[in-house]
Amino acid sequence: MRHAASLALPQALQGGAYTGWLATLDARLRIVAALLFASLVVTLGQLPALLGAWLLALVALPAAGLSWRLLTRLLPLALLLSVLLLTLPFSVPGRVLWQVGPLRLSQEGLILALLIWLRASAVLLMLLALVASMEPARFGRALGQLGLPRKLVTLLLLTLRQSQLIGAEYQRLRLAMRARGFVAASNRHTWNSLGWLMGMLLVRSLARARRLQEALRCRGYRGYLPLLDAGGWRQRDSLALPLLGLVLGGLWLLEHLPVGGN
Amino acid sequence: MAHIADGVLAVPVLVTGALVSAGLLTLALRRLDEAQFPQAAVFAATFFVASLISVPIGPSTVHLLLNGLMGLLLGWIVVPALFVALLLQAVFFGHGGLTALGVNTLNLAVPALFCALLLRPLLVRPTRQRALLAGAAAGVLAVLLTGLLLAASLALSGSALVPAARVIAVAFVPLAAVEALISAVILAFLYRVEPSLLLAGQVQHG
Repeated sequence: MRHAASLALPQALQGGAYTGWLATLDARLRIVAALLFASLVVTLGQLPALLGAWLLALVALPAAGLSWRLLTRLLPLALLLSVLLLTLPFSVPGRVLWQVGPLRLSQEGLILALLIWLRASAVLLMLLALVASMEPARFGRALGQLGLPRKLVTLLLLTLRQSQLIGAEYQRLRLAMRARGFVAASNRHTWNSLGWLMGMLLVRSLARARRLQEALRCRGYRGYLPLLDAGGWRQRDSLALPLLGLVLGGLWLLEHLPVGGN
Repeated sequence: MAHIADGVLAVPVLVTGALVSAGLLTLALRRLDEAQFPQAAVFAATFFVASLISVPIGPSTVHLLLNGLMGLLLGWIVVPALFVALLLQAVFFGHGGLTALGVNTLNLAVPALFCALLLRPLLVRPTRQRALLAGAAAGVLAVLLTGLLLAASLALSGSALVPAARVIAVAFVPLAAVEALISAVILAFLYRVEPSLLLAGQVQHG
């Protein structure tokens, strides 16, 4: 079964048909809300404010109809983030909590690592709840309605569809390799074979691009795709606005008001 | 690996990255004719899929960046292609970040454009040797440059991040070796099977 696992590409975290309250709101509103939340959270530096943001993001997940089990797929933390979290407690000078040889674990370093982890995971969870819970094509259309350049939206929508198709093409090629007894290992043969595999994907995509271009031209493609499904603004979207304001304002206050003895 | 998550970098670094990459994107989009977009999208998607493939190296596996090869084959399209791939990855895969999108785009796109500028002349009249050389050089240069930019964006965000920046810069060296090897294999393969892909500018004006 190990081979089957190495054959698969990482799966996207979205499913598209979520029915939670957050997932029924207007796509544009959700994207803007995620962006505002992220922009605010990355500027926060106080523990209470960040804890608040993190808890809110944690609650947003079931509110969007997503299961917390999704988080286990995120557990193999991004490599880069783990390097940071491991080096920070030792590299920041401060009150020494624990010492082994030249390594000094400082309180300030630990707190800084915790702050970074809270910021990173709060934004990630909120992004999952608000945006990953929508169908990818709807995400592209909403970005277009929000004023992202038309060329970029067209490229995004086409890339979304093509990466599904090419992903399937990759699975087929990989299955064929497996049928001929290919097992990936750390050696020259594997690197050669994977290089040929990627080369073959490129060759096939050239042909695919020509077919796509002809098919689109056939349907009157003039360089952009019409943005269907405006998915009008509803009353519940207006009702969600004060809530968004409350969340952002509350976090700002937690950061900037002196709480307790701070 | 090359994707910085939200909440790590300092705000000035994030803002600078967002502004510069927005400028670069505008510049790149202005150079592109909308009729080329289907082709651009297919290649962007192909590189996106290829960068998700796990490549064994030593006891662990890595994902290739492939930005050098992308720059070499796609030219200016590489900027919006990388932006779109990073956006999709941040939103739907939980890799990278929303506020760090600008910085992440720059860290990958600048080395890609650099490779295009430097190595495309090698492919004007391609031979097998030149294809191998261009591929290997694109792999090494792009990965090392990306590692340096990544380390710089961390180091500029605070002195506390400097040790982590060092560790990460060093970790990019073995990646550069594997990426050089595989990129060379890919270009030699394309030279034999579909040389039209190698002709500089072919994709842009095709």
